[in-house]
Amino acid sequence: MLAALGMLYGLYYAVFVEHQTLDQMGGSLARAFASAAARDASQSQTALEAYAGTKYDYVRQVDAHSHWIGLGMLLILLGVVFGRVNFSEAMRQVIAICLLAGSAAFPLAVILQTYHHGALIFKALAVVGPGFVIFGLTATAWGFARQGT
Amino acid sequence: MSARRLYIFGGMALIAAGMLFGDVFAVFILHQNAGKQGAALIEASRAVADRDPGAATAIFGRIGGLLEDRGTKVDAHVHMIDAGYLALLLALVQPYIALSQQTKKTMAGLFITGGIFLPLGIFLIHYVGLAYRPFAVIGWASVLADSTGAVLIFVLLVQAWGFWKYLQKRELTEPELQAEDSMPGRALLTGGTLLVLLGFLHGAYYAGTMLYQHERLETTILLHMMGVASEGNLAAASGEVTNFGNLAGARAVNIAAHSHIIEFGLLAMLLSFVQPYVFLSEKWKRRWVKTLLGGSVILPVFVLLELKLGLLAGGIADLGGLMVIIGLIGMLVGILRYAGHLDTAEGE
Repeated sequence: MLAALGMLYGLYYAVFVEHQTLDQMGGSLARAFASAAARDASQSQTALEAYAGTKYDYVRQVDAHSHWIGLGMLLILLGVVFGRVNFSEAMRQVIAICLLAGSAAFPLAVILQTYHHGALIFKALAVVGPGFVIFGLTATAWGFARQGT
Repeated sequence: MSARRLYIFGGMALIAAGMLFGDVFAVFILHQNAGKQGAALIEASRAVADRDPGAATAIFGRIGGLLEDRGTKVDAHVHMIDAGYLALLLALVQPYIALSQQTKKTMAGLFITGGIFLPLGIFLIHYVGLAYRPFAVIGWASVLADSTGAVLIFVLLVQAWGFWKYLQKRELTEPELQAEDSMPGRALLTGGTLLVLLGFLHGAYYAGTMLYQHERLETTILLHMMGVASEGNLAAASGEVTNFGNLAGARAVNIAAHSHIIEFGLLAMLLSFVQPYVFLSEKWKRRWVKTLLGGSVILPVFVLLELKLGLLAGGIADLGGLMVIIGLIGMLVGILRYAGHLDTAEGE
């Protein structure tokens, strides 16, 4: 589901948003330099801020697309070998929930940052999400290693 | 050829081709493109100093072309490899897809075809541009890429439907692919998980300590570049262009190290499942696994070291990429031998 969601988002983004965003980004930077050449410092500063804002969004939109698909693939793969994670069923469920929650929440938080630049709640969610994934992956690796003992 | 074999052959071929393309891109295009961008920024600073807004705008049109050239090649490389990963994943889950063999084969054929044409479409965007464009800002190459992207999504949705049908009866439609309980299989599974974990830790570290700092720094450098150029101080402007290039380099190596180590980890985990089908002696299987895992560590580590060691580290990183490709092709040859062995047995 996450992989399909990431691809659908990528398709929507490529068709309806990306070209316009890239044009806007390039246009803002060109305007900033052209305004500086015309010695219009205020207009130059505004155009540069517009460039920075658009690029902030662009980087996060692309990141959300790639992380959703990457994490989706990782979850499918771990799902197939999860039987080899040598913990109790309850513990495995905790690990699986952590991996799923982190994988869904992290790219979502990254996308939401583009609607509210600098919002602390989304920044926090973008930190907590990977935290869950890292915990889940560490536990999974440990579970694989325990098999041999 | 069954759907599973089609996914395995096609997937590994897509991954190998995507990696080879990435290596060629890194050696022959990446640094040259960055150099051209720096030169264009110096020209733009000169246009600012000369009070020539028209020239500044024209130069950014050229920089846009350079960025598109680089971006579409990176995207073609990434999408071809990711389509390959998805194909291997689909090979793995075929037993849980309750569809007829014919439908599965058709879907596999569609997926591999889409996996070829999606990156091809992306690659052509820079060259085809907006010639005879069907839409205001979207050219034919984008249409090809977007359409094949939709085909891949369609195949994934059909697989999801097949999985939903499986859940109704819970009967496997074919034997499961098992990760081999041998040294090569275990090394790939454990090594792959550790690589993914390392990649996540590095990504979290980069996002937490550098991402926002780099974003602020970019705006500061550009602002300063335009400021000193306005004062006619082209030497200082050139210095800022160098700073801008260094910053872009720092971002690029961190992102490349993060994405490559995770992708190689995923690849290693996926390959642990196809080891039973690698028709080679144990000694050669181990060699290819060591080559692949060795390259998977060398590439991201030396990409990061490029900031300190320069092109020497870049060369070693490219060698690491080559090791991964060689390991992958070695395994692919083993799988082809296995398929030949099966076909021969069927013929007998």
